[in-house]
Amino acid sequence: MTKNKICIEIKNLNKSFGDTLAVDDVSLNIHENEFFTILGPSGCGKSTLLRLISGLEIQDKGSIIINGLDCSSIPANNRPVNMVFQSYALFPHLNIKDNIEFGLKLKKIPIKDIRQRVDNILDLIKMRDYIYKYPAELSGGQRQRVALARAIVNNPKIVLLDEPLSALDANLRIEMQQELVNIQRNLEITFMLVTHDQDEALSISSKIAIMENGKIIETNTSTNMYEYPIKKYSAEFLGRINIIDGYVLKKKQIFHSEIFGNIDLKGNENICENMVLAIRPEKIIIEKRKENKLNRIYAKGTITNSTYYGDMSYLTIELDNTKEIYIHVQNIHRNSLNELKIGKKLLASFDINDLILLEK
Amino acid sequence: MANAWGLKNKLFILLLIPGLAWLLCFFIFPIIIVFSMSFGQKVDIIGIDYNWSLHNYFRAFNGVYFFTLFKSIIISSITTFICLIVAIPVALYISFSSTRIKSILLISIMLPLWTNLLIRTYSLIAILRTKGHINSSLEYLWEASNRALNFLNLANYNIFNNNFIPLDLMYNNFAIILGLFYIYVPFMIIPIYLVLERFDRNLLEASYDLGANHFQTFFKVIMPIIIPGIISGIILVFIPCLGSFIIPDLLGGADSQMIGNIIERQFKSANDWPFGSALSFILIYMTIIVISVRYIYSKLYSKFYIRGMYEKY
Repeated sequence: MTKNKICIEIKNLNKSFGDTLAVDDVSLNIHENEFFTILGPSGCGKSTLLRLISGLEIQDKGSIIINGLDCSSIPANNRPVNMVFQSYALFPHLNIKDNIEFGLKLKKIPIKDIRQRVDNILDLIKMRDYIYKYPAELSGGQRQRVALARAIVNNPKIVLLDEPLSALDANLRIEMQQELVNIQRNLEITFMLVTHDQDEALSISSKIAIMENGKIIETNTSTNMYEYPIKKYSAEFLGRINIIDGYVLKKKQIFHSEIFGNIDLKGNENICENMVLAIRPEKIIIEKRKENKLNRIYAKGTITNSTYYGDMSYLTIELDNTKEIYIHVQNIHRNSLNELKIGKKLLASFDINDLILLEK
Repeated sequence: MANAWGLKNKLFILLLIPGLAWLLCFFIFPIIIVFSMSFGQKVDIIGIDYNWSLHNYFRAFNGVYFFTLFKSIIISSITTFICLIVAIPVALYISFSSTRIKSILLISIMLPLWTNLLIRTYSLIAILRTKGHINSSLEYLWEASNRALNFLNLANYNIFNNNFIPLDLMYNNFAIILGLFYIYVPFMIIPIYLVLERFDRNLLEASYDLGANHFQTFFKVIMPIIIPGIISGIILVFIPCLGSFIIPDLLGGADSQMIGNIIERQFKSANDWPFGSALSFILIYMTIIVISVRYIYSKLYSKFYIRGMYEKY
């Protein structure tokens, strides 16, 4: 992937409401044509960050540069950004066509161009049959599409989406996620999405920033954020992870764990004392017998909890009566389900290369 | 389940009886009496001849009565319009205030409604009359300015005449409109405020985000959305204004009576109940016309417009 131009540059942004610091010294670069997601628990300040970029909130300190233009003091109605609201905020007194045209008419664009652009967008969101309907007559997914169309029809530099899918039911949400990705790819507009849903963040974004207490913890591509996270917080927030207790012996480049013994850390750069090792639950597999393979670590344990999800089973395993680890097993054979009952003993193993070294 | 609370429940019917009896005795029967009386004719002091003629109605559309009716409509319309102009910004201000200030403002709007109408009207008289608060304050300022001019040896310029001439604030149509406005403006503010309270604030942000300034947002988003509240407010102000008689009686002059005063006089001093009934029913018909306009409007738009307005999706 080639490196695109920077679309939005956020420098040392600060915003507080009374005593609470909602956005704490955030600096971010969002590149053109990216699907950038800010992921964080509710109340972490991610929506405030989005509203600061849109201009609906004014920052206390810092600057927002959109396409090289410092927009810090430009009011929301003149910024080249558009927002898709969580509640969609479609105008109830206007039909779909008028809703989509709202922004274009205000910009005094010639009627011909408006018609052209609205036509294109209606094809894109497949809503041509509904142009004279009112928002109250549409289903949730249709409203979602109209809200998106109303934002992108203005050709903004960036579309801001504030938890746009949280009001939809599970199946529709997955469908809309795919549609969002397709629309973003077709139009080549930068999207910036805010969500607390980890699956949503992983499946649709090209880049993820994890936010906590107003601070950006880590920014990474979505694959790297899951497979090669740097910070312990982001590894724990995005999906499940097993943290392996122990300590780093820096001189020998070894991680000492009571359960797994000494694990060789050679090849890892930036090793420091204050680090932990971790492994994702699905990287651990159940083995029949111990083999002398290179780079494999084995451990015996007893199943203490087992949850069946159809395609997967999530197991909790007690190793040596002390440490509990999580394993996600794919249910490949029906017959083997009996082996996953509580109380069964098993042998688990994982590859050293799948271990993640995390900063605390 | 559908019938658990429906009319089939005996307790429900039992509970309905007092209310229905009340309505029947004190609303339906009197209305029927007044209605049939409006087709009758006065024969002596207490005798009424029910001859089912339209005589009273024809009389109502003649000369001074028709003029008064027409004038009442004009005065009520002006009052309603002023109420509307004042109520929209007030309602907006209240709905955007913080919770604490909001309750203070709402109470200060409701408080006058809990005070007797007569007391409020008399207090207006105290303010407006020839030696009332407005005129005496103006007089004080007038004399103070004169003294100041004297002090500065500028008295010769005679900018203010020596004698203060009080403003005629009472006993005219202005006083009636002011009085009606003062009494009925809460009935305009509250329905508009209620609509504003219920609508999604994100709509304003969406409008702003899409490029509208505050002015455009007001006319393109807020105004269309508060129309149901405005219509309710117009009905709540216009109809009582039309029938009002205490305010024109107390604040108006000899030539500024409204239709309410004429109706009152028919039932009292003129002792012509059939004609008073006919005039009352003309007012009722007009009320029905106003309400049916609202009904047609809501029928036309209820499918999506009114319903979608309040639905938070």
